[in-house]
Amino acid sequence: MNAPATLMDKDRTAPAKERLVVIGNGMAGCRAVEEVIARDPARFDVTIFGAEPRVNYNRIMLSPVLAGEKTFEDIVINGEDWYAENGITLVSGDPVVAIDRATQTVVAKSGRVEPYDRLLIATGSDPFIIPVPGKDLAGVVTFRDLDDVDRMLTAAEKGGSAVVIGGGLLGLEAAHGLSLRGMKVTVVHLMPTLMERQLDEAAGYLLKTELERRGQTIVTGGDTAEILGKDGRVSAVKLKDGREFAADIVVMAVGIRPGTSLAKAAGLEVERGIIVDDHMVTSDPAIMAVGECVQHRGACYGLVAPLWDMCRALADAACENPSGYEGSVTSTKLKVSGIDLFSAGDFSGGDGAEDIVMRDASRGVYKRVLVKDNKLVGAVLYGDTADGNWYFDLLKKGEDISDIREALIFGQAFASGGARLDPNAAVAALSDDAEICGCNGVSKAKVVETINAGACSLDAVRSTCKASASCGSCTGLVERLLALTLGSEVQSGPKTMCKCTSFSHEDVRRLILEKSLRSIPQAMQELHWTTPDGCSSCRPALNYYLLCAWPGEYEDDQKSRFVNERLHANIQKDGTYSVVPRMWGGLTNPRELRAIADVVEKYNAPMVKVTGGQRLDIFGIRKEDLPAVWADLNAAGMVSGHAYGKSLRTVKTCVGSEWCRFGTQDSTGLGVKLERMTWGSWMPHKFKIAVSGCPRNCAEATIKDFGVVCVDSGYELHVGGNGGIKVRATDLLCKVTTEAEAMDICAAFIQLYREQAHYLERTAPWIERVGLDQVKAGLFEDPESVKRLAARFRYSQTFCQTDPWAERVAGKDADLHQHLAEVRPIEVESA
Amino acid sequence: MMIGDWLDIGSVDQITPGTARTLPVVGADEIAVFRTQKNEFYALVNKCPHKQGPLSQGIVHDNVVTCPLHNWNISLKTGEALGEDKGCVPIIPMKVDAGRMYLLRSAVVGSRAA
Ligand code: SRM
Ligand SMILES: Cc1cc2nc3c(=O)[nH]c(=O)nc-3n(C[C@H](O)[C@H](O)[C@H](O)COP(=O)(O)OP(=O)(O)OC[C@H]3O[C@@H](n4cnc5c(N)ncnc54)[C@H](O)[C@@H]3O)c2cc1C
Ligand code: SF4
Ligand code: FES
Repeated sequence: MNAPATLMDKDRTAPAKERLVVIGNGMAGCRAVEEVIARDPARFDVTIFGAEPRVNYNRIMLSPVLAGEKTFEDIVINGEDWYAENGITLVSGDPVVAIDRATQTVVAKSGRVEPYDRLLIATGSDPFIIPVPGKDLAGVVTFRDLDDVDRMLTAAEKGGSAVVIGGGLLGLEAAHGLSLRGMKVTVVHLMPTLMERQLDEAAGYLLKTELERRGQTIVTGGDTAEILGKDGRVSAVKLKDGREFAADIVVMAVGIRPGTSLAKAAGLEVERGIIVDDHMVTSDPAIMAVGECVQHRGACYGLVAPLWDMCRALADAACENPSGYEGSVTSTKLKVSGIDLFSAGDFSGGDGAEDIVMRDASRGVYKRVLVKDNKLVGAVLYGDTADGNWYFDLLKKGEDISDIREALIFGQAFASGGARLDPNAAVAALSDDAEICGCNGVSKAKVVETINAGACSLDAVRSTCKASASCGSCTGLVERLLALTLGSEVQSGPKTMCKCTSFSHEDVRRLILEKSLRSIPQAMQELHWTTPDGCSSCRPALNYYLLCAWPGEYEDDQKSRFVNERLHANIQKDGTYSVVPRMWGGLTNPRELRAIADVVEKYNAPMVKVTGGQRLDIFGIRKEDLPAVWADLNAAGMVSGHAYGKSLRTVKTCVGSEWCRFGTQDSTGLGVKLERMTWGSWMPHKFKIAVSGCPRNCAEATIKDFGVVCVDSGYELHVGGNGGIKVRATDLLCKVTTEAEAMDICAAFIQLYREQAHYLERTAPWIERVGLDQVKAGLFEDPESVKRLAARFRYSQTFCQTDPWAERVAGKDADLHQHLAEVRPIEVESA
Repeated sequence: MMIGDWLDIGSVDQITPGTARTLPVVGADEIAVFRTQKNEFYALVNKCPHKQGPLSQGIVHDNVVTCPLHNWNISLKTGEALGEDKGCVPIIPMKVDAGRMYLLRSAVVGSRAA
C-alpha cells in the first residue's frame, strides 16, 4: 500500500497480529470470520483451511442447485475477492489432519504446518452411512457438498431410477431434485411417517400423499437390508421384508454426525459434539468451535439459524466484548417447490399439553398448535404456512397466550382482532426481534432499520442486510415491511416502474398520453429518468406503452426489444434459435407439413417438436440462417407464430361440432377466426386463447387469457386464466349467443388489457390486481364501450398484421442477421 | 509497418447506436462489437461469463449490456458482471479513428481458444 513511510515504521514496531486459524471453510467458519472482521478488522491474521476445493457457499442452497433452480455461482457467499480484500489466506482442497496443542500448530494433508494463537474448529458434520452390505458400491452417494450434487447430476443425466434412503428434510429435497431431473425416485424411510422429527402424523401423511401424487414412490416403515450391485455399481436396494427397488443411484440421507474426529484426537472434551461454553470456547482456552460440530448445553444443531447466534457470541468473545450464547429454538421449512410446510418446537404432546387443530380438507390445509401452561410450545403447519413466523415468535418468547387462545389457530390476523385477514397488519404486529429471513438470520428490526436508512426497494434491502437474498421464501414479508415502513411515501410515490424513474407504470402511461410523448428518449427526458438511457426493464416497457398509445405513428424501437422479439425467434441456451410458424387454430395440411419437413432437413435442424400450443417448433437454427428458413416457410403460406412475443401466441381449439359427437358449436372455425383477428398484436405480456366445443373443455379454455366454451345456447366467455408457474382458472365474463358478439368482446377485452395492464403483467395478475368488477365495468358499464374498445383494437391491428418474417426475407434489418466481418488470423498475418 | 498493431474492422456506421454486431474469429472466440447510445465503442468476447450467452444479442443501456439468457448485466468497459453477479469476460482494446473502428490485433488473436 502507499502509506507514508513514518506510519510503516510505526507498524513495524507494533505487536504482531494474533494468528487465527480456522478449520472448515463452511457456513459457520466463514460467518464467524465475517463477524470478527465486522467488529475488528485489524485484530487477526486469518488463515482458513477448507477440505472442499472451492470458496465459501450457501450449503442449504445445494437443494435448489440439484433441482436446477440455481447454479453454483448463484449460491457462492464469499467469492475469492472477499478473501483477498480481507487479507484472509484460504487453503482450499487441503484438509487439516492434526491439531498439535502443545506447539499450537495444525498440520494439513499436504504437509503444510500452520501456527496459531487462536484456533477455530468449524468442521460441520459428516453424513451418516448405515452399515449395510453394499454401502461402498459405486453409485452410493451422500448429500452434503457440491461434489455430491455433481455425482447425483451425472447419474440423473442418464435417467433411470434413484433410491433415497431417509425421508427427512435432506432426503426429501434430494428426492425432489432427482425427480425434477427426470429420475424415477423411491424414498425408503425407516419410520412410519416422513420427517417424523419435524412433522406429526397428519402432516406427514399430507406430505406423503402430495409426493406420491407427483410420481415419487414413498416407502415408509422400510428397513434397508442390503444394497445390491452389479459389476461394482449399485443396481437395487433390498429391504428386510424382501422388497427390492431398482436403483442406478442410491442417496444416503439418514442423518448427520458432528465432525469431531480432529478434536477428539487432539484430546479436547467431546461427547456427541465438541463441548463448548457460552462463548464457543472448547476445553482448551486457545481453541474455539462453532457450527454443527459443537455441543452446547447438551444440544447439537443441524440447521443454520443457531449458527448465526453462535457466531455472534464467538466474535463478541474473541474481540473481548463477551455476550454469550444461550441456545436456540429452531424451526423447519422444506425447500420443495409447491409444498408449504412449517414446524417449530415440540409437538409430541405429552403431559399437560393441549392440542388445537384445524383442517381444511378441500384446500389441503392442516394446522396444529400445542399449548402448555398458557404458552405455545409447538406448531405444525401444512398447506398454509403464512402464520409460521408469528407462531415461532410467540414460541421463542414464551408469551402468555391466554387472551388470544380462542383465535390462536386461525392465525395472527384473527387472533390480534380488528385487522381481519389483512396481511400487512399481521406483519406489523410481528415483534422487532421476530426473524424475517431465516437463511441469513435477519430480524424485523434490522430490516426496518435498513429501509429507514434509505433502502427503499427489495433489491436494496437484499444487498444491504441480506434479508431475502438466499432462498427468497421471505420476499413477501420484506415487501410488506417496505410498504409498512415507507407508508406515507408509498402514498406519495407508489411502486416505481424501475430504478430509473420515480413514476409508477400508471403514471408513465397516463403522462405519455397527456404530454403526448412520442419516443423513448423524449419520455425519458420529460419524465426525469435518472439513468442515461434506461435499463433492460424500462426500455421494453416504454417501447410497448408508446406503441400502444400511438398506433401507426410510433416507430417500434428494435434495440429496446428483448432479442426474441428482435429476431422473431426464440433464443436457446446455445445461442441458436427456434422457429415456430403459425398453424391457425391448430390446423395444418400436407403443404405446410412438407415445408416444415424440408426446412428441418435443409438446415439440419437437430430437433422438431410438437409444442404445448398445437403447432410445431423447429430447433437449432443459426441467426444467419433465419431469413432463409423464413423464406421457405413463407413460400408455403406460413407466417410467424410469435412464439417469442409479448403478443398473441396460440389459439387452441378442439374438434367441435364438425366431428365430435358432443360438439355444440364450430369451435375449430371460431378459433381460426379469432386467431386471424388477433395475431400480430403487441401486448403487455403473452396472450393465449382457446375455444372448446362443449363444457368438457378439451382445449383447456378455462386456463387461457381468453377462453370460449361453447354451449347449446351460445358461447361462454372466460378471462384471466393461465397455466404456468401459478395456475389460475378463468373468471366467467359473460355469455353471448353469436360468434360475432364473441369476436367483438374478445377484441374489446384484449384492448382493455393492452391499455391498462402493466408491462409484463399477464391477464391473470392484472385481473387479480384491479378486480374482475373493474374489468366488467370497463367493458359493459356503457353500452358502447365494447364497440369503442374493439374499434381501437381493430385499428391498431391494421398496422400490426404484417408478417415480420416476410419483412426480414425482403431485407429489412439485415444487420441483425449478418456478421460485421470475419477475422481469419492466418490471412491477416500474411497480409 | 506491414502489419499494424491495430486491425481495421470497418466503418463506424455499420453499427446502429445502442446495438452490437458480431465478428467471428477463425480459431478463436467470436467478438461482439458494441456501439452505445453515446457513441462509445467497445469490443468483448461474445460469451457471457454466466453461461456463455451471446452478449451481442442483449439490450444495451449506458455502457452496460444485459445478457439475453438470464439478464446478467455486464459492463462493456471492464467486461465484469455488475451487481450481485460475479464473473468477467475478456475485453478487446478498441479505438475509433477517422470513422473507422480498430481492434488491438494481439488481443483479437489472443482471444483464440487455448
Ligand atoms: C415451446 C413450448 C414448450 C413445448 O415444447 O411445448 C414453450 C416453450 C417456452 N416457454 Fe412456455 N412453451 C410452450 C407452451 C406453454 C404452455 C402451454 C400452452 O400454451 O397451452 C404454458 C402454460 C400455459 C400458459 O401460458 O398459461 C407455458 C407457460 C410458460 C411460462 C409461464 C407463464 C406464466 O404466466 O406463468 C413461461 C415463462 C414466461 O413467459 O415468462 C414460458 C416460457 C417459455 C419459453 C419462452 C422460455 C424462454 O423464455 O426461453 C420457452 C421457449 C422455448 C423455445 O425457444 O421455443 N412458458 N408455455 C410451448 C410453445 C407453445 C407454442 O406453440 O407457442
Ligand atoms: C443439502 C442440504 C440442505 C440443507 N438445508 C437446510 C435448510 O433448509 N435450513 C437449514 O437451516 N439448514 C439446512 N442445511 C444444514 C446446513 O447446511 C448446516 O447446518 C450448515 O451448513 C452447518 O454449517 P457448518 O459450518 O457447521 O458446516 P459446513 O457448512 O458443512 O462446513 C464445514 C466445512 O468444513 C470442512 N471441513 C471438515 N473437516 C475439515 C478439515 N479437517 N479440514 C478442513 N476443512 C474441513 C467441510 O468440508 C465443510 O466445507 C442443509 C444442509 C444440506 C447438506
Ligand atoms: S420449455 Fe417451458 S417448461 Fe420447458 S424448460 Fe423451457 S420454460 Fe421450462
Ligand atoms: S448466460 Fe448470460 S446471464 Fe446467463
